[in-house]
Amino acid sequence: MAKRSLSRTIVPTLLTYLGLAVGLVFAGFPILWMFFTSLKSNTEIFALPPRLLPDRFTSVAYLAIFNDPTKVRFFLNSYLVAGVVTVLTVLIAILTAYAFSRYSFRLKKTLNVFIISTQTVPPITLLIPYFGMVVAFGIFNTYFALILTYMVFTLPYAILLMTGYLNTLPRELDEAVLVDGGSSWTALWRVIIPLSVPGIVATAVYTFLLAWNEFLFALTLTKSMDMRTVPIGIELLMGQHAFEWNQMMAMSVLGSLPLLVLYLIAQRYFLAGMAAGSVKS
Amino acid sequence: MIRTQSKTRKHGLLSYKVRKRLVPYFYVAPATFLFCLLMLFPMITVLRYSLMDGAITKKDASFVGLQNYVTIFRDPVFWQSVGQTLYFTVMSVIFHLLIGLAFALLLNSQRVDPLIRSILRVLYILPWLFTAVIIAIIWRLLLDPNGVVNSILMTLHIIDFKVEWFSSTKTALHALTFANIWAGYPLYMVSLLAGLQGIPKDLYEAAGIDGANEFQKFRYITIPQLMPIIISIALLDFIWTMQVFPLVWMTTGGGPIYATEVLSTYTYKLAFSSYEFSRASASAIFILIISMGATYFYIKHQKAR
Repeated sequence: MAKRSLSRTIVPTLLTYLGLAVGLVFAGFPILWMFFTSLKSNTEIFALPPRLLPDRFTSVAYLAIFNDPTKVRFFLNSYLVAGVVTVLTVLIAILTAYAFSRYSFRLKKTLNVFIISTQTVPPITLLIPYFGMVVAFGIFNTYFALILTYMVFTLPYAILLMTGYLNTLPRELDEAVLVDGGSSWTALWRVIIPLSVPGIVATAVYTFLLAWNEFLFALTLTKSMDMRTVPIGIELLMGQHAFEWNQMMAMSVLGSLPLLVLYLIAQRYFLAGMAAGSVKS
Repeated sequence: MIRTQSKTRKHGLLSYKVRKRLVPYFYVAPATFLFCLLMLFPMITVLRYSLMDGAITKKDASFVGLQNYVTIFRDPVFWQSVGQTLYFTVMSVIFHLLIGLAFALLLNSQRVDPLIRSILRVLYILPWLFTAVIIAIIWRLLLDPNGVVNSILMTLHIIDFKVEWFSSTKTALHALTFANIWAGYPLYMVSLLAGLQGIPKDLYEAAGIDGANEFQKFRYITIPQLMPIIISIALLDFIWTMQVFPLVWMTTGGGPIYATEVLSTYTYKLAFSSYEFSRASASAIFILIISMGATYFYIKHQKAR
């Protein structure tokens, strides 16, 4: 009897841990491989038998990137574009979410359906008219073109996340300001925004992630090397030095770093926000 | 200014009402403006392009009706792309769901130490944070003929020669689909984990009293409770996966010999390699219509919840 109950608890527990371990290898192995490849010398990368850890750790790939102004520029461009997109998106999303969460108005339903459908509009469909527009406006190969067009797919998520968050704040809080004779604008800045910091963080992280990772518009709406962002930089590197795997992996590590850091700092808010956004929106 | 003031005093109530009604429009104005500029206007433009001959490239592009649609529908590569997009998308959605659900269940298991669970929850999400371009080159490295995957498979005697995963017409589409599966399950995992944590415990207790075993609890409580989330995420994933571009572009570029051509790469090449913007627009509208069909179900489902 004792043995039976023991096996009844131990076996499922062991199986669960085994499943978790398999999951860890599945999720983590490619990432670890990328990381350690970036620290190998190029001759060591396809050594047989393959080894995860390099025999000799070397920072040669990283130094090659830091010493190349073109590659450093990719990073500066990405930080600039993603940063500006994030600030603008969060600001506009807060305003929209405030209206959505606190008012009922005629346009609300239409706008809401519009926002949800924007999430699903294929980027490739928008790309062709954007190309025409950007050329016509004379902003081809500028930061402005990227910042402007990125907003179309960062805003819907930001609005949904922010609305979900604002809906969790009790109305009494900002209504108190209105009762005291303050305007809704005062209520928004004095009460809502200070209380929404976790929601704003989640929204900002997600927006930055989307903007940092964008590929299609960056590929098509910019042309010169000094306008390219990190994903495009990696693509170009792939074409030019197809055999310098350590440099490409170093570039990938550096290109993922801001997202990893942001995610690790904000993961509590982020996961809660994602869950609220995807489950309840 | 004075006039306004006196007016306000005269019809104080009305003016206040009107002003109050306008307040929300003030807040949504920037977003509405951007959506019109970046969505409504481009949509009309791409539709117009698709009905023209030589859009963007010709100054005097003329209206040709559905000619561009007829041309792409007669192109066998187009239909091959449709089939491959469908395979890529359906396989991705199925495996994203299965892996996401499995990981969510594992992470929700009360048998495992909470600290371990919260650490693993962070680690399991990692693939999702990587740019498609980086995912593409990670898998190009791993699946290189001389790469680690081939080495492991040969050591285990599963294969006896080096497979060129991304450059063989037989394996490229599967390898691509696999890379996409690896990259995309975390969204399901996060959402389903939130869903699992929201299922009331007494449902399981009641089922336990009625003598249900673990499988029955899973089949008759867990799955039905998660169903609304599963349907939402799967529909979104279907729409998004159908549009995947960078992963394909960076692994195979649609090749070898169209073996991994999907609708997005087909459309992109028409526009920016062949400068056939009108035909590309027709193809883009085709993708849009399919997406809109799925979006319709998505919105209907969201409303029903």
